[in-house]
Amino acid sequence: MASSSLKKSKNFIFYNLNLKSKFLIPDRTSAITNSLFHHRLLHSISSPPSPPVPKYASYSQLNSAIFELACLRRRLHSTTSVSNDISQLAVEPTSHQVLDFPGGKVKFTQKLIFTSNSTEERVHCYRVLDENGQPFTDIDSSLKISKELAVQMYTNMVTLEVMDTIFYESQRQGRISFYATTTGEEAINIASAAALDSKDFVFPQYREPGVLLWRGFTLQEFANQLFGNKYEYGKGRQMPIHYGSRKHNYITVASTVATQIPHAVGAAYSLKMENQDSCVITYFGDGGTSTADFHAAMNFAAVMEVPVIFFCRNNGWAISTPVDEQFRSDGVVVKGKAYGVPSIRIDGNDALAIYNAVNEARKMAIKEQTPVLIEALTYRAGHHTTSDDSTRYRSTDEIERWRGDQNPVKRFRKWIESKGWWNDVAESEYRSSIRKQVAQAIQVAERIEKPPVAEMFNDVYDIPPKNLKEQEVFVRKTVKKHTEDYPSDVPL
Amino acid sequence: MLGILRQKVGGATGLSSQGLGNHMLRLRPVTSALRNYSSATKEMTVRDALNSALDEEMAADPNVFVMGEEVGEYQGAYKITKGLLDKYGPERVVDTPITEAGFAGIGVGAAYHGLRPVIEFMTFNFSMQAIDHIINSAAKSNYMSAGKINVPIVFRGPNGPAAGVGAQHSQCYGGWYGSVPGLKVLVPYSSEDARGLLKSAIRDPDPVVFLENELLYGESFPVSAEVLDSSFCLPIGKAKIEREGKDVTITAFSKMVGYALKAAEILEKEGINAEVINLRSIRPLDRATINASVRKTNRLVTVEEGFPQHGIGAEICASVVEDSFGYLDAPVERIAGADVPTPYAANLERMAFPQIEDIVRAAKRVCYRSAPISATAS
Repeated sequence: MASSSLKKSKNFIFYNLNLKSKFLIPDRTSAITNSLFHHRLLHSISSPPSPPVPKYASYSQLNSAIFELACLRRRLHSTTSVSNDISQLAVEPTSHQVLDFPGGKVKFTQKLIFTSNSTEERVHCYRVLDENGQPFTDIDSSLKISKELAVQMYTNMVTLEVMDTIFYESQRQGRISFYATTTGEEAINIASAAALDSKDFVFPQYREPGVLLWRGFTLQEFANQLFGNKYEYGKGRQMPIHYGSRKHNYITVASTVATQIPHAVGAAYSLKMENQDSCVITYFGDGGTSTADFHAAMNFAAVMEVPVIFFCRNNGWAISTPVDEQFRSDGVVVKGKAYGVPSIRIDGNDALAIYNAVNEARKMAIKEQTPVLIEALTYRAGHHTTSDDSTRYRSTDEIERWRGDQNPVKRFRKWIESKGWWNDVAESEYRSSIRKQVAQAIQVAERIEKPPVAEMFNDVYDIPPKNLKEQEVFVRKTVKKHTEDYPSDVPL
Repeated sequence: MLGILRQKVGGATGLSSQGLGNHMLRLRPVTSALRNYSSATKEMTVRDALNSALDEEMAADPNVFVMGEEVGEYQGAYKITKGLLDKYGPERVVDTPITEAGFAGIGVGAAYHGLRPVIEFMTFNFSMQAIDHIINSAAKSNYMSAGKINVPIVFRGPNGPAAGVGAQHSQCYGGWYGSVPGLKVLVPYSSEDARGLLKSAIRDPDPVVFLENELLYGESFPVSAEVLDSSFCLPIGKAKIEREGKDVTITAFSKMVGYALKAAEILEKEGINAEVINLRSIRPLDRATINASVRKTNRLVTVEEGFPQHGIGAEICASVVEDSFGYLDAPVERIAGADVPTPYAANLERMAFPQIEDIVRAAKRVCYRSAPISATAS
């Protein structure tokens, strides 16, 4: 097991500031010094704790990734009410006595000080491209994106955008019963999928069809699911947008919020037992982080040391609940620290930032068998679903602003155009081609038969039980006997 | 010698233990001649039965793993998982933080990916924290994914009342889980049931809720060599007729099977020959066996410890009315726990759950013998 040398024993040994000893894991020293990220404690450095890591302001390069030091900054003792809790290390502990407590030695203090409920400065956000799609001057250029990959990412983002618009309209026209768009989160969908391997298992919430799209799910397959026809993989059993595909390693979407997060941890545990070169990723929104499942899963993943990426799409809104009514912490990234999970905050509308971060997170997760939390700041530019009218709880100005310069598709387009890889002609040709394809897919899907009644009773169990077989026979007899009461186009 | 024994019994392995058990009983005079084979009358506690079943299944399939609170270092809150941590290591016997929702969800996720978790709830009362995962993430998944995601998971633990543990530790969940399509719900009584049903549950590709009983853990039952064999499995969905009779059918499960058998002995002395059915499986419910029995005896008493409304007795009564109405000579009687949160005081607790006398009185009532209405019936 990759992490055998890192396995936590029953007696944790944390650092002792006086000793300034090093806890290095031999084969990763280079990784640590070269890495952009500081890892959580047990696997971490200890280049002398002094000088203490300075305040965030000195990490002024917006291009550098800052992973929170999870355990290095233990705040069990002396915390100052100064908002920047890292500065405590600058203060000499007032006592050299330690309490040898389960979990590690703890220093005492005579200062009666509480940690602040918030930090003066929020955790910085990793970004590569500015609003005009221009890369910052000193980004880490170790990750090169080829033209092919960039164009593929861009075209997938456009496909997602177009597909969303047309499918949404089809719901408005009454052709499908329900739809949820991914508007504003195209970069998250496509860029994160691009950074993963196709065998990495995906546990989505419901706003990540772009991941499936990247992996090769066709427009026709999407349309079939929305219309619940006999070719769709769910056999007509689920609401629209509840896609799933075994061959694409994308688990079926469930309506229950955040239940996929502990599932992802369990699947990652299975991967760990199999010792595979693969990780699991799970997506959820800002609202999902309030659920019990999120907390249990994060905690477990850290304790069990499993290769899972927790990807939070903080898009500002959980239906009508804005984030400041969802939590009072500095977003979701700080919660990673609380559970001992390395975390990062990234610009969720910057495709390159997402690509880089997920790429790095994946390597970390697999190599060190650790969970990683990514909080992507973005905006839900569309309504929650077709059952929602978000203008009732937020201003249209706000929505328009985020559809402007911050729009992830536009920003990425500016970048690839500046590289000479795309232009207006290609854009209009591509968009009109996709529009035709989506419309075509809808027309075809609409005409295909619905699944037969026989499928209503299958798959409840592995082997159909007697009572269901009897019921199916009974249903067929009834339909045959009273054909006038049943739709003629539903096959038996 | 055992081979010859099997021949006499008329079949290879694979006979249901019910059939085999009856044969074994009848053949006892023959086997006693083979005095060197004492395995026929070995006794085993339910706890050991469960432990050995888990042990054997974990040895046979490396994907099987156990997860729950206190299952590892503590050897199990009720010592069901004793010795497993030492034998299989912390990867396969996982001690968890306190979050049923968390570890049930994680177990389901592991099952999605191909492992075969056995999730232990310290009692099924705590499963309410995880019930969303049991029902929405496990039970419905095969259907909602059109057969692409199966969840070969087992949720096990003590169910129903123990002794003096109060309302939040005494509820029976048979009715709750028994109503969910996609789940299988098993209720073992004896050690043979425990071994055979747990092995079947672990091997089953569908999610199984395995309701044990804390007070039965320490009880010993005779087990045959067949039961002790590591390939021994009981079919899911088949009830067992523990005691044949012709005057009244008494259905029960878990601890109440023992009570029903004792009630049957008392009734025998009064000339009422009761047939006792050990349900073994709440979902699927063995309607065929129950109805066949009622058609024979024409009278039915159902016994359960759970709350009466929407309980197992209600379902059995409906099934019999649907399938065997013409055969009933008396209305069906349900004996169930009192419709109150379980009180703690010993005298009150005793009145809140069926006792042997209640079963005896109910059987007499359906046989139209005079019997005073007990305080708990109505």
